[in-house]
Amino acid sequence: MTQTIDHVALLPAYLAAGTAVLVLLADLLVGRRGPTLAVAMIGAAGTAVGAVLVGRGADRETFCTFDGCSWLATSRGALVATVFAVLTLGVLLLSGPLLRAGAVPAGEYCFLLACSMTGGVVLGAAGDLITLIVALETLTIPLYILVGLRRRTVASAEAAMTFFLVSVVATAVTLLGAALLYAVRGTLHLATLAAAPALDAGAEARLGRVAVVLLLAGLAFKVAAVPLHAWAPATYDGAPLPVAAYLSTASKLGGVVAVIAVVVDGLGPWLAVSGPALAVLAVLTMTVGNLVALRQTRMVRLLAWSSVAQAGYILAPLGAAAAIAGRDADALSVAVAATVAYAVFFVVLELAAFASVVALRPPDADGGEIAAYRGAGRRHPVVAAAFVLALVGLAGLPPGLAGLFAKVVVVRSLLDGGAGWLAVVVALNAVVGLAYYLRVCGTLYAAGEAAGTARRVPWTVGLALAGATAVAVVVGFAPQTVLDAVQL
Amino acid sequence: MTTGQVTLVAVLAIPAVGAVAVAGLTRRADRAARIVATVVAAIAFLVSLSLYGTGDRGWFRYQAATAGPGILPWHELDLTWVPGLDLRFHLGVDGISYPLVVLTTLLTLLCCAYSIRHVPAGGPGGYLVALLLVIEVGIVGTFLALDLVLFFVFFEVVLLPMFVVIAGWGGDDRGRAARKFVLYTLFGSVLLLVGVVTVVSAAGTADIVALTGGGNLSRTTQLAAFVLLAVAFAVKSPLWPLHTWLPDAHTQAPTVGSVILAGVLLKMGTYGIIRVAVGVAPEGARWAAPVLGVLAVAAVVVGSLVCLRQTDLKRLIAYSSVGHMGFVLLGVATLTATGIEAALIGNVAHGVITGLLFFLAGAIKDRLHTGSLTELGGLRERMPALSGLFAFAAVASLGLPGLAGFWGEAFAVVAALQRGGPLWTTLAVVAAVGGALTAAYFLRLLRRLTHGPASPVVAAAPASRFGAGELVAWSPLIVLALAVGLVPALVIGFAGAPVEALTGVLDR
Repeated sequence: MTQTIDHVALLPAYLAAGTAVLVLLADLLVGRRGPTLAVAMIGAAGTAVGAVLVGRGADRETFCTFDGCSWLATSRGALVATVFAVLTLGVLLLSGPLLRAGAVPAGEYCFLLACSMTGGVVLGAAGDLITLIVALETLTIPLYILVGLRRRTVASAEAAMTFFLVSVVATAVTLLGAALLYAVRGTLHLATLAAAPALDAGAEARLGRVAVVLLLAGLAFKVAAVPLHAWAPATYDGAPLPVAAYLSTASKLGGVVAVIAVVVDGLGPWLAVSGPALAVLAVLTMTVGNLVALRQTRMVRLLAWSSVAQAGYILAPLGAAAAIAGRDADALSVAVAATVAYAVFFVVLELAAFASVVALRPPDADGGEIAAYRGAGRRHPVVAAAFVLALVGLAGLPPGLAGLFAKVVVVRSLLDGGAGWLAVVVALNAVVGLAYYLRVCGTLYAAGEAAGTARRVPWTVGLALAGATAVAVVVGFAPQTVLDAVQL
Repeated sequence: MTTGQVTLVAVLAIPAVGAVAVAGLTRRADRAARIVATVVAAIAFLVSLSLYGTGDRGWFRYQAATAGPGILPWHELDLTWVPGLDLRFHLGVDGISYPLVVLTTLLTLLCCAYSIRHVPAGGPGGYLVALLLVIEVGIVGTFLALDLVLFFVFFEVVLLPMFVVIAGWGGDDRGRAARKFVLYTLFGSVLLLVGVVTVVSAAGTADIVALTGGGNLSRTTQLAAFVLLAVAFAVKSPLWPLHTWLPDAHTQAPTVGSVILAGVLLKMGTYGIIRVAVGVAPEGARWAAPVLGVLAVAAVVVGSLVCLRQTDLKRLIAYSSVGHMGFVLLGVATLTATGIEAALIGNVAHGVITGLLFFLAGAIKDRLHTGSLTELGGLRERMPALSGLFAFAAVASLGLPGLAGFWGEAFAVVAALQRGGPLWTTLAVVAAVGGALTAAYFLRLLRRLTHGPASPVVAAAPASRFGAGELVAWSPLIVLALAVGLVPALVIGFAGAPVEALTGVLDR
């Protein structure tokens, strides 16, 4: 059987994969750090532009067989691809000092990041479970190496090992779920799965429920949702700082996109199983994440736990809509839009927070103790102000308006979905969250030894920080841009 | 845009732009920054005064349309902001919000002027006054917002700047007090968020004008919304038993922080109850009124009893706020025109008098370096003018007829009596007894503080005169405490028509 392939729909994936190849070639032929990094950045920027262009056109699909298409170039897919490319660009900018310090090999580093970006770009367009899982793995596998890339550091190697083992198990679980689903349904295309008639009883129905739970459990690992979160803090803390930034933004976004694709697009008939499971997952994730973050003394671990908590807020609309009002398509699409919107607001703020940490630390250092940031507000007033803005945004308060509106979006979708109790849980968690974000902000401006002289912030890091902060401020005053992009 | 609309934007934009300019200037010229802030605050005050519209017009419009909306703004501005969240930039001012807006701009002006000479230890004073201007934006925005989501956004704006004021310039235990303040009041605001979104999600609009009177919200929604909103505002007001953040925050906050906190920040809670909770969910308000009334009277009695045992000056004034806010909430709980008008005048009077009391307490602490009543005594021997002023403010606060504090408390009791029935009569009687207790603890305070032989601390203190900054900051409040007492129409004159409109839709 021959197929016609719509190459326009595939453009972002071509650009992303091409970036990876070009970086490899640049490293091989030029062999210097600067050009390699430049090629990677230009490639990431090009991917973002390509994704935007494809997204502005009509929806396209390709790789179609008799029961569905494997590649769906929708506007949501384009948004995901754009965000991935922009995040990769930001992380590359943050990596400048790390590469210059020679702490990691530049060619390998940029190549692996570009590979991971390719996975993310494909993920947004995946139309069947195999494409989805392969994309997710393409996103994740380069990260095992990236996490362990810091030379002569035991923590880095430990982090990579933890991440690798946990992630492989998670993938196996996901695959088992997909296989069981195939055994029940005989198809892996999400659209076909969604259209299939519901199974009410019998062995097949039971098998289907097991499949759904396994799929969700595997994906929950990727999002670092409680109780499958324990790898995240150790991994983030051991990884080079820019990679930790990538893990907590892009990689987490990948998990969220996969969950949406599976739960909403593919497993509509099983919402009665997946909905309550997601709601419980969301409540556990935000509560445990926030409570444990209260006790952290290391900066990256605190950010890691806070991002666990944020994953809870991201999943909440999905869980509520799926559980209660989600049986009709409209409520579901509102919930999905709220989830994506919150995720976009979150990655912007999280990237700004990590960019501030990178700017405040020496080039090849890890995040360090929170106490080490005492007096940073006086040494680096601008960076510290950006850091405070990002943290306050993550807490959901003005002047971090982006975070405030993100919370409003989530609470709104929860109440529209009739899940008032979940809205109250989200609201109370925001109070707990503020406690530790404020502790960090307070440390930045705490009196005491203003030890250490002000270092110049490398311009690449400064650019990433300024960009992320500017985006955070703009979407704070004009949140409608994000809401339009996710069609809320 | 009409002049009124420009004024509405200007009263928010001037302090906002001013805050940025002042913060930028502080690094180079701290004192000049504080002077600039005072000028900005003065302009904002004058602009806010000019918000006054013709009350007559509002009255005639009300007369013309008895079935009209519950709010008839003098000026109104309505722009699209975030349609996806039903958030519109919808501002308006009427007789209920006008006195509070002017009180806010006035107190901010006085605090900025006071800060030119008096900067508490902690950091450059320029940053302090810049934060005061930001707080002003948040509070005025809250009073002007006619969109529920916008109301919530402005409500939140105040939180962190006030935290920084307490944590940066406060007393010895400032860190803990500031954290307690911010987490406690954030707890209130998140409930406000849930309450606001409950209403917006059910009604499909966030327009307070359209929603006043309950719109077409179901009874269940109104009950749920009222409970959420009332708890949220009760934390801010604060209503017993949700008041425990207040004494710590006040004791530790710098003088100007305490003045703003007591003078206008607490009013966001009482204003919110009148305009948002009662206005949007009247069914819920009627249902919960007895509970609210009982809690309010409990606040009056508990506040007074606690005050009788206080040994710290600022803490005592802070607890007296709990009692005064109890009277205000009792007035609201009656849901009658008299009660709501009493609440409004009580609000303004408390802002003026307690602002003055905190200024004076700050002056005493500055001179004697202690606020402990066991160490103070016989103040009139060494500082007759200061103790005279303090006595005036205390007497105004305890509700002596002829001074500002009298009207709100007396008419809250009258409104409760007018409601009739065993419950409200009992509440009125108990509240009146609480009012007598207020007199008792203020007189005890005066006896301890100003009369008797001079304590060693006081005797050792050098005689001191008032500074120019102090006189400038205090005299408007002294005049207002007298003026509002003699001519309550200064406040109530504006409020008659809007309160009639509000109670009109409540009774419908």
